[in-house]
Amino acid sequence: MLGYDISWAAFNIIEVMSASKFTFKRIGYLAASQSFHEGTDVIMLTTNQIRKDLSSPSQYDTGVALTGLSCFVTPDLARDLANDIMTLMSHTKPYIRKKAVLIMYKVFLKYPESLRPAFPRLKEKLEDPDPGVQSAAVNVICELARRNPKNYLSLAPLFFKLMTSSTNNWVLIKIIKLFGALTPLEPRLGKKLIEPLTNLIHSTSAMSLLYECVNTVIAVLISLSSGMPNHSASIQLCVQKLRILIEDSDQNLKYLGLLAMSKILKTHPKSVQSHKDLILQCLDDKDESIRLRALDLLYGMVSKKNLMEIVKKLMTHVDKAEGTTYRDELLTKIIDICSQSNYQYITNFEWYISILVELTRLEGTRHGHLIAAQMLDVAIRVKAIRKFAVSQMSALLDSAHLLASSTQRNGICEVLYAAAWICGEFSEHLQEPHHTLEAMLRPRVTTLPGHIQAVYVQNVVKLYASILQQKEQAGEAEGAQAVTQLMVDRLPQFVQSADLEVQERASCILQLVKHIQKLQAKDVPVAEEVSALFAGELNPVAPKAQKKVPVPEGLDLDAWINEPLSDSESEDERPRAVFHEEEQRRPKHRPSEADEEELARRREARKQEQANNPFYIKSSPSPQKRYQDTPGVEHIPVVQIDLSVPLKVPGLPMSDQYVKLEEERRHRQKLEKDKRRKKRKEKEKKGKRRHSSLPTESDEDIAPAQQVDIVTEEMPENALPSDEDDKDPNDPYRALDIDLDKPLADSEKLPIQKHRNTETSKSPEKDVPMVEKKSKKPKKKEKKHKEKERDKEKKKEKEKKAEDLDFWLSTTPPPAPAPAPAPVPSTDECEDAKTEAQGEEDDAEGQDQDKKSPKPKKKKHRKEKEERTKGKKKSKKQPPGSEEAAGEPVQNGAPEEEQLPPESSYSLLAENSYVKMTCDIRGSLQEDSQVTVAIVLENRSSSILKGMELSVLDSLNARMARPQGSSVHDGVPVPFQLPPGVSNEAQYVFTIQSIVMAQKLKGTLSFIAKNDEGATHEKLDFRLHFSCSSYLITTPCYSDAFAKLLESGDLSMSSIKVDGIRMSFQNLLAKICFHHHFSVVERVDSCASMYSRSIQGHHVCLLVKKGENSVSVDGKCSDSTLLSNLLEEMKATLAKC
Amino acid sequence: MIKFFLMVNKQGQTRLSKYYEHVDINKRTLLETEVIKSCLSRSNEQCSFIEYKDFKLIYRQYAALFIVVGVNDTENEMAIYEFIHNFVEVLDEYFSRVSELDIMFNLDKVHIILDEMVLNGCIVETNRARILA
Repeated sequence: MLGYDISWAAFNIIEVMSASKFTFKRIGYLAASQSFHEGTDVIMLTTNQIRKDLSSPSQYDTGVALTGLSCFVTPDLARDLANDIMTLMSHTKPYIRKKAVLIMYKVFLKYPESLRPAFPRLKEKLEDPDPGVQSAAVNVICELARRNPKNYLSLAPLFFKLMTSSTNNWVLIKIIKLFGALTPLEPRLGKKLIEPLTNLIHSTSAMSLLYECVNTVIAVLISLSSGMPNHSASIQLCVQKLRILIEDSDQNLKYLGLLAMSKILKTHPKSVQSHKDLILQCLDDKDESIRLRALDLLYGMVSKKNLMEIVKKLMTHVDKAEGTTYRDELLTKIIDICSQSNYQYITNFEWYISILVELTRLEGTRHGHLIAAQMLDVAIRVKAIRKFAVSQMSALLDSAHLLASSTQRNGICEVLYAAAWICGEFSEHLQEPHHTLEAMLRPRVTTLPGHIQAVYVQNVVKLYASILQQKEQAGEAEGAQAVTQLMVDRLPQFVQSADLEVQERASCILQLVKHIQKLQAKDVPVAEEVSALFAGELNPVAPKAQKKVPVPEGLDLDAWINEPLSDSESEDERPRAVFHEEEQRRPKHRPSEADEEELARRREARKQEQANNPFYIKSSPSPQKRYQDTPGVEHIPVVQIDLSVPLKVPGLPMSDQYVKLEEERRHRQKLEKDKRRKKRKEKEKKGKRRHSSLPTESDEDIAPAQQVDIVTEEMPENALPSDEDDKDPNDPYRALDIDLDKPLADSEKLPIQKHRNTETSKSPEKDVPMVEKKSKKPKKKEKKHKEKERDKEKKKEKEKKAEDLDFWLSTTPPPAPAPAPAPVPSTDECEDAKTEAQGEEDDAEGQDQDKKSPKPKKKKHRKEKEERTKGKKKSKKQPPGSEEAAGEPVQNGAPEEEQLPPESSYSLLAENSYVKMTCDIRGSLQEDSQVTVAIVLENRSSSILKGMELSVLDSLNARMARPQGSSVHDGVPVPFQLPPGVSNEAQYVFTIQSIVMAQKLKGTLSFIAKNDEGATHEKLDFRLHFSCSSYLITTPCYSDAFAKLLESGDLSMSSIKVDGIRMSFQNLLAKICFHHHFSVVERVDSCASMYSRSIQGHHVCLLVKKGENSVSVDGKCSDSTLLSNLLEEMKATLAKC
Repeated sequence: MIKFFLMVNKQGQTRLSKYYEHVDINKRTLLETEVIKSCLSRSNEQCSFIEYKDFKLIYRQYAALFIVVGVNDTENEMAIYEFIHNFVEVLDEYFSRVSELDIMFNLDKVHIILDEMVLNGCIVETNRARILA
């Protein structure tokens, strides 16, 4: 706390946490949240305290406990408290609900097993009446979905609805973000999203929302990039909006604009390119991070045409940005830009070399080696440029500025490494070799770092050899001797070098030169032999070459060659240390002791490096030259990059180049096939390769497209696919990678879970009533009783759900009333096929309505089954403690005994031979005095039903909400057609003036039935019955709140009594809950209090008592008419029991 | 997801720190110093978002006080940027013209307010009246 360790006070903190006064408790929890963590051992002492606080009657106690818990939850705490928190998710106070919902995310992380049981509850919370809770649930699901979007795809319709209806920007941002995560999985979703998103982009004034929308649109478009023709409009829109952002004077917006722009760039470079001017402007910005972003963008914007211009612009910036890290960044970017995709955009390599040379003038850059690598790469791979490169390099060697001591500390002297090598290797192109030789032998060279000196020494000899040859051919024996003398004079300065490598090479070469001197003195022509030392051409080696070498038979890489030395210096450390500087990208000759694991690890690392490094194909061949004389060269496999097509020559007309590129491409493809064969051959002759394969190699060179070859090379068998990289086993979120679609198994119940059902087998006869109700699904009927096929059925169910989702996705109707039910696969699928069918329907209802009334249904089932399995244990199960009391109301449905057949909340409206209509009426809390009528239309005929229209005769009290402009007598079209055997749901909103009375509305459905024989107009009359119960909304209520309500005294009272009830009390309660949308507040023996609310905010309280053969219901309600009507309805329901 | 929430003054002293993911106490100090350094070194003309290691920093300056929020890379920068302002507005209302001293002497209250607004790294409440209720 405050930067001090207060772990010693942990116990005292717990003491304060358990204080009874809220202010103390709050401080205690605050301290705990600051200092406790998983390692704190006293944390396990807090479990009970926290549980007590969680169930405390004061919402603030609970709140503070939740807040604290969120900071120090451990897997143990999560496991023990998961159930309590689940309970709190249905607390009456939104304040607690939202906290509980959010903390569930932490619990999921720590205790992933809780995710599946809790998920349905979480889903419910998405439709919570309180926007805060809703937003919390969205937050949690958004976070979860980021880890494993697949599971949450099914929630898309729900989110879609939320998105179109919500006005809360925070929630919108989260939802849109979530969609961004979902779209890659379901391209059709993207299609659906584009429109509302563009609308949002147009309409919103909040920049954050705009930014998020643009981001998601981009993500959507990326996922859509194949197959959707007209998204260019949206891209244009995005780019335009981004342009506005970038042009804004606010730096933050500018930054974000550029950031988003770079995302677009990846897929739609063209649309960004038109804003080049703007981005170049940003390069002049005062803010470094904005400039860096602009640079990133430039990278993708270059083309053959504008490359030179852009780089020129960048170069001026380089000059301006003296001595900052920004300049280094600029430098790397220039090189990146130029070298991207194999110098694709460079048309003039002379220009590029001169740019590189110019870059060497920079003081104090760290990227000398980068420039050096580029120089080497270009010089080696672009044959035509060598002459120019050599002349530039010799000038570099000559110029003193690189040797100046001030530059030595920083990396720019690295370029001398490249310069020396190029001059040595391609010495035949040198204009004044002698001059260069002298430059390389200058005493100041010895101040350079060792590895550069080593290259100097080696290349001095090369240079020397070529000079010797020239002189001898010209017959200038004296000149040759003079050069030799110069060597003999100057080399000793290297022999004295402190660097081992330099010393060794120098002394070797000194002896060689001395020997030559002797021979020269005898007038023996030596030039031939000397230059034979360096005969042949060096080819670039692919960095992967090493691991392509198959392990020879009989060679066990894991076996020790010698007994392991006790010496601490490990074998594989040494070679790396020696060669590290010279050949960073070159595969090392692996010591055979390196075990397999290590190998794999390095391979991964290398792959990573290659992926990140645009230059990775280019290994520096220089070391190879050195190896030439050492026995080690035999082991270095060289991948031949075969391309016999001449390189494009700088300065060629553009059209020519295109032709050539095309030619190359074709050629490459052919070559690729030969590739392996050639490589094998090559390996056989690798020992002598340098000399013997000379004729073939001489006409091989690297083309700009070389990368293609390398990339497609096969991998060694034991190489791990690189995509495993991104699955870090230590990833804490990985645990959340749970398939929520899978049925919930027994073992997955939460520890103290009481209401969770278990999977049990159902007796076939029980299915019958169900089937009748569910005759909507005739296909399934046949299978219902076949227990064997249950599994199959489950699969079918899933498919069906998928289809439904498909349907949702494929239709593109006006967003307002989503016409199709899109069931949500949930953990409830654990129930056997039959229940699942029911569940599906419930899901569908829950999906499209802002209402929970269907949910208790499911729970009833669960409970019911649980009852059966636990049969006798029941009495024990009936909780004596507070647990159940708290749990009961939130479970929202009373337990029920065996005999109740599952039923649907959909009641039959009308039917004929063509169509069957069932409907469900639900109120919505958000808009008072409105109810939604969901009508399910099922086509029972063999004809296609289309042109369906619903006309309802409005009454004074109830009116149908019609599209604007249509008169009372017009029908409202049904937004779908029905092929044979298909059912679909349409929703209509009705406005009710007074809800205290039941209503009946007459209506007609007219439609056209079309089959092979022709089309007929048909009509079906129906009567919509708005019962008073349908105006009620299941609302959970706590007993204390309930008591207060009753005490308040402003409720009128009424009661009924029904005789001849044989049904169990449990079933009875469930029935009331289900049909009349009540929730159980408290239940004691055969007495229960229930609560509900009407859409207009009337409170309805019931006291249900069961006598011997009768049930009495006492009701209290703020409206007496409503109450009496309700009780009448209830009487009718109960009378059936 | 918000990873941490810092309030730092211009001298680089941390006034409030809240972590939503556990970080070792000595690593905290290290992290804070680096974060503060990178924020303090920026001028007013520069934008308020910094990419730092694997997360993003969003900061806002109020007189001598910096508020720095570290978020993971999926978070919407602009939203957090607005959120910081919202938080300061809430403090302003609660303390009636909040100053650094208010925060120093009422650290617990600031923490509690923050807890009301951010839970578990997610923004829960942005309504001023309800936060202070």
